[in-house]
Amino acid sequence: MSPREVFALRDHLGAELKGRTISDAQDVVSLTDVLRHTVLGGRLRELSGRAVLLKLSDQLRSGLAMIELDGIARRMLLCAPDLNPAHLGALIADAGIDAVVTDEPGRWAGTGVPLVVTAQLPLQMTAPATSERATEWLMLTSGTSGVPKIVGHTLEALTGAIVAEGPTRGQAPVWATFYDIRRYGGLQIFLRAILSGGSMVLSDPHEALADHVARLNARGVSHISGTPSHWRKLLMSGSAAQFAPAYVRLSGEIADQAVLDGLKAAFPNASVGHAYASTEAGVGFAVNDGLEGFPADYLGNRNGVEMKVVDGSLRIRSARTAHAYVGRSAAALTDADGFVDSGDIVELRGDRYYFVGRRGGIINIGGLKVHPEEIEAVINRHPDVRMSRAKSRRSPITGGIVVADAILTEGTDPARAKEIRDQILDQCRAQLASHKVPAVIRFVETLDVTPAGKLARTDA
Amino acid sequence: MSVRSKVIEAIQQIAREQHVTLPALSDDLSLHETGFDSLAFAILVARLEDETGVDPFTISEDAAFPATVGDFVRAYENVPA
Repeated sequence: MSPREVFALRDHLGAELKGRTISDAQDVVSLTDVLRHTVLGGRLRELSGRAVLLKLSDQLRSGLAMIELDGIARRMLLCAPDLNPAHLGALIADAGIDAVVTDEPGRWAGTGVPLVVTAQLPLQMTAPATSERATEWLMLTSGTSGVPKIVGHTLEALTGAIVAEGPTRGQAPVWATFYDIRRYGGLQIFLRAILSGGSMVLSDPHEALADHVARLNARGVSHISGTPSHWRKLLMSGSAAQFAPAYVRLSGEIADQAVLDGLKAAFPNASVGHAYASTEAGVGFAVNDGLEGFPADYLGNRNGVEMKVVDGSLRIRSARTAHAYVGRSAAALTDADGFVDSGDIVELRGDRYYFVGRRGGIINIGGLKVHPEEIEAVINRHPDVRMSRAKSRRSPITGGIVVADAILTEGTDPARAKEIRDQILDQCRAQLASHKVPAVIRFVETLDVTPAGKLARTDA
Repeated sequence: MSVRSKVIEAIQQIAREQHVTLPALSDDLSLHETGFDSLAFAILVARLEDETGVDPFTISEDAAFPATVGDFVRAYENVPA
């Protein structure tokens, strides 16, 4: 029996495309001749067939290690930087980890992990390796309290949407993302950069937004993605004026009409699209007509992605979904028919579905269920509001009421606060049921965003 | 502004927002007769808490919800500073 042809990341990285790079705020590494170099100190052979934990403090070495390990390791587990170290032991046991790639080898002495490999820059010369196997990619779910779940993907599933879209026309893109590439949304962009023949500019959590934008400009970024919260922060910062990408992508949170319109106004020459994806469900679809929600005819089978709505929640079956949760007490990832229940609640209005919120994010107002996202979308429609957050507040009369915090657009005269508040309330009363209209609206300077780039909802 | 005028102003503001036509607000008007429903009262209590820093109906466990406008105003006036 001849082995099935294995296609790994390295097989997308030939030396024929010149000038490709991957960079962060400190370093620039050539992707053109990356296959002749090693970030692993030349120890790749030792990691062959192993279950490898990638635990690095930066994205650049993580990305380079992924390129090297894919097709060689049996599986690799990507850890986002905010992973609680207290959960590492459980994750190592559940994923059967027998090697770690780290930049802090001292921390791993005596932990029982049999093989510790140090990732280091600058790269060293090495002989190119040949892909041996389809490596299993393990990612962690975000947003859950307690030990995150381990989600198993293949490179084929992870790149399904990229391959389906086909090559980018014209010049090879320079991709960037506000996400960390060790999360699903960021990994998608890293993989796009590699498969498209382009370059990649990584984010840095310690860098000021204005410096980040300056770096995006300096590196000629043409394609960039982030969550709606990332984008709202950029629009508020005033740094957007210096930046002119060709393609702007949103994912990871509901892209409401206000943020889509705000980006279209800030980047008049860019195409603005929002994508629906999750760590478990993979990439569902992209919407490029500039409108929130998605056309109702996306349901059913479309380009190999099947979608249906059950009890209001979107369910997805495709070759791009994860294949399993990994671990001793792992739950089933799909229903009996192979559909992943996204937990994202949608509502049909006319010929379009709109995202109204997360099933787990419902707040209870006097016995009635309310999605805070639905209220925020209405508040955000006010031209002087940049970002908002609705939540419940305990009430001695009704048990709970809706209150909202909002950030006004930069440069709004504070003397207009009362007038703006009245207009927002009028808007809410016209478009929402009375129990969803905020009782109190406060104007605030900032709203917390989680490390995953999503609006923090501590009470949800 | 006195506590009383803050409370009356908040009642009138919410009445406008909720399209409630208020009768003349005298101390012995029963709260029921204001036309406010429980949601309107919940909004009123929340806003007054933000403005005055107190919610007299949560502070004391045995505080009965007032019956008249006068009782309601006194609940805010009588909160120890």
